[in-house]
Amino acid sequence: MRIYALLVLLFSSITTLSQNCDNSLSGKITDLHDGQLLIGVTLIIADTEQAVQTDTDGLFTFSNLCNGTYYIQISHPYCLTKGVRIKVSGNTIKNYKLEHHLEELNQITIEGSAYSEKSKTLLENSIDKNQLERFSSGSLGDALKSLSGVSSLNTGNTVVKPIINGLHSSRVVIVNNGVRMEDQEWGAEHAPNIDINSISNLTVIKGAGALQYSGDAVGGVIIAESAKVPVKDSLYGKSLMTAASNGRGSTLNSKLTKSYQNGWYATLQGTLKRFGDFEAPDYVLSNTGIFERSASFKVGFNRFDYGIEGYYSIFKNEVGILRASHLGGGGDQIRALESDIPLVIKDFTYSIDAPKQDVTHHLATIKGFKRFDNFGKLSFQYDFQRNNRLEFDIRRGDDRNKASLDLQLDTHTVLLDLNSRLTDEIEMKTGVMAGYQNNFAADTGIRRLIPDYQKYDLGVYFIVDYQLNDQLLLEAGARYDYSYMDVFKFYKTSFWESRNYDLYVPEIVVEELATQILTNPQLSFNNGSATLGANYAFDKDYTLFFNYSIASRAPNPSELFSEGLHHSASRIERGDLRFTSEVAHKVALTFQRESDQFSFSINPYINTISDFIVIEPTDVEYTLRGEFQVWEYRQTNAQLLGVDVDASYTFAKNVRLNSQFSLVKGYDRTKDTPLIGMPPVNVSNEIVYQNPEFNNIRLSLQSAYHLKQNNYPDNNFEVFIPQTGTRQTVDVSSTPEAYHLLNFNSSIDLNINQKSKLTVGLQITNLLNTSYRNYLNRLRYYADDLGRNFLLNIKINY
Amino acid sequence: MKNMKFLTAALIISSLFIGCSKDDAPEPVNDEEVITTLTVTLVPADGGTAVILQTRDLDGDGPDAPVITTGDLTAGVTYSGSIVLLNETEDPAENITEEVEEENLEHQFFYTSTGGLDITTSDVNLDDDGNLLGTEFTLVAGAVSSGTLTFTLRHEPTKPNTGLEDARGETDISATFNVSVQ
Repeated sequence: MRIYALLVLLFSSITTLSQNCDNSLSGKITDLHDGQLLIGVTLIIADTEQAVQTDTDGLFTFSNLCNGTYYIQISHPYCLTKGVRIKVSGNTIKNYKLEHHLEELNQITIEGSAYSEKSKTLLENSIDKNQLERFSSGSLGDALKSLSGVSSLNTGNTVVKPIINGLHSSRVVIVNNGVRMEDQEWGAEHAPNIDINSISNLTVIKGAGALQYSGDAVGGVIIAESAKVPVKDSLYGKSLMTAASNGRGSTLNSKLTKSYQNGWYATLQGTLKRFGDFEAPDYVLSNTGIFERSASFKVGFNRFDYGIEGYYSIFKNEVGILRASHLGGGGDQIRALESDIPLVIKDFTYSIDAPKQDVTHHLATIKGFKRFDNFGKLSFQYDFQRNNRLEFDIRRGDDRNKASLDLQLDTHTVLLDLNSRLTDEIEMKTGVMAGYQNNFAADTGIRRLIPDYQKYDLGVYFIVDYQLNDQLLLEAGARYDYSYMDVFKFYKTSFWESRNYDLYVPEIVVEELATQILTNPQLSFNNGSATLGANYAFDKDYTLFFNYSIASRAPNPSELFSEGLHHSASRIERGDLRFTSEVAHKVALTFQRESDQFSFSINPYINTISDFIVIEPTDVEYTLRGEFQVWEYRQTNAQLLGVDVDASYTFAKNVRLNSQFSLVKGYDRTKDTPLIGMPPVNVSNEIVYQNPEFNNIRLSLQSAYHLKQNNYPDNNFEVFIPQTGTRQTVDVSSTPEAYHLLNFNSSIDLNINQKSKLTVGLQITNLLNTSYRNYLNRLRYYADDLGRNFLLNIKINY
Repeated sequence: MKNMKFLTAALIISSLFIGCSKDDAPEPVNDEEVITTLTVTLVPADGGTAVILQTRDLDGDGPDAPVITTGDLTAGVTYSGSIVLLNETEDPAENITEEVEEENLEHQFFYTSTGGLDITTSDVNLDDDGNLLGTEFTLVAGAVSSGTLTFTLRHEPTKPNTGLEDARGETDISATFNVSVQ
């Protein structure tokens, strides 16, 4: 206490005793985020109103100051104004950091600050908020396929899975708000469980280069992010309503955000989407309605050097599957193929009956970060996901309303990441991941499609990039993943023996029942992945990206354990317990020009995959239901080659032409045959007129041309037709003809008052009501794709 | 600093989640709706030995092919036929014909012969709307001949119809027998 008193005396003596008033205060002002020097920052000393500005080196100097305490206000047009207290004692040097204003901050985020660590040597394709809003009534897959090199694998028009450079499902990793989605994504008819309205930015990385997310993204990574909340006192929101003629339904979405200057924020968002049967140009697509409900809530605290956030979202989606796609054996397939119209057409209805899917996905996450001086940014994340997937088939008797498939997949993941700038040139990222997953298949009276299992994952990665000079950046990274699966699987005795598993792994048998064998396979996989890349900028507008990546993917539960009739595909599918990880080597090159007038990017790539797991027909089997084709998973060596081209040209004021071209060829190099399901060549051209001076009016006309896929394997088979007593070929291989679609899009902004803005938009898709079938729609055998659709969008920002 | 404490706490809590206990081995599931066995019993009107046509596939969609039992018909004889469907993966076996008859409006059996097999079917039993159901029927064996006889069960066919060609719906059963009339 005495010392304290002495100190007070001592300090007060300085101010009172030494009135030396020719001191200076000088220093440097930098950007809090990237350390950039800030020019033109105004510093004003309270009371005296003495003011100075920083020079081109970010330096300022006040002179003729007395020793003592001063209050200084520091301001900059793009920064939050800051007040500081400074004790001047002799010639004092003090540096300050300013935080960028919210708009700036958002921009940085979107361009890659929070997620800057995606990949620096692979071209990232993004879809921003405005573009996403145009897909409000569609799905994530619908929005993604507007990017070059991204197409979709559809089951009808509501189950839409993204395909990146010819690959999909387990080969495409989706990261939603920092969480890797675990939603039974192995299934070709399992769409991502993300509400498109809950996200503000979507990025696609066509390769495995983004090792911080995964090492098994053989196809690529999709990153969905929600908007960053500014650090200021504010309350804002938006409501979006879309009404569509096709499906006679609408989507409602609202979002409200409250933020505070002190860093606290909260966001609440909800979506309701309801559509009845959709329609092809000539008929109703019976039982294709959709009923989606989702909500998310986020609360957090964000300062520059530390922050924490909690997030929860629920997504519930009930989707009807075209009634006419539910078939018996090969004979039914022939009838469906020979008929120009679906075998079942009923009147329009909103009700969704079997076959249908009803999926609920919960996602909860807690994450936080802390920046340490001279060390870097340390981030922590824990997430929990629960996916409950119900699939309803057409059933008989008491089981009529019971699901055929009832899976619950719980996933817990912990991530710890460190992002450090070692020197001005070298940035390093490293992290560890641990995960636990539990899959539970409830008893539905139908043998489990996917067995019960528990899975443990452990991953560690390291990425470093080196800015060699202003033009050249080098990036290298490596990742190791270990996964262990503890499975309880019932095999049919006949299948177990036909595969010779009884000789291969007799030790895994737990119990032998009358017609089934309970086994306990314990599988472990060690996967290594790596990336090496360069980014070379030249001549102001040009950039050249080079990236080589190795990705390793462990086989998914379906590839390992499938065993039985897959109704929606009308085929018997069989996996193989003995599979090993597939390893992909992808080389991608991008040549990019970016300027206001003319921008383009050309992105050729080659992806060579060893032990590629492919499913293909091997046999035809007789069952009481008729003859079914048997599709078995097999490992082979595959190669995919392709090129994606984007171009954008402003040929008059406010008028822009956007063009895209995508080509991919896939081959089975072992058998020297084309791979099945490769997207055909597509070309799209869009003329956009947008005038920011006239209510930001935007008009666009898009022409999309999809060629016929001429490279496909011959998977046809023969079945017995009782009426004729002959065998007839079931043509499941031939691909649909080329088609051309025209889409119209328009929107206009209307200011209601100072704070609220109304945006009204009209969209017409398939303007000419063209009848077409899409090779990548699994229901293409049974029905045409969607006919013309009028969509009215109304958005209010407040 | 408070923040770091929170993070540490969160880390510890989450590790508790990860250490969950291991579930026990799951219960076996038998396919409740699979039809393993179709038996057509043809009883001669004169009371002789019944002719049994049967196809039996105990592993359903497994790799084993159905076991088919067939029989020969006698020329000029009228048979009263009935069809029984069983799910023999359950113990005791479940009679699925009962379900089909309960849902008679949604089902129909069709009989198709090829290869010159000289038989005719008639007196097919009806559903609640007076349309054909076909779990019971009368079969008349004509002249000496041979060929195939196929029994097809359609789910949700268009009723009435003139045969398999315009019946639509999906096939629940398609069982073909080589039969001869002697």
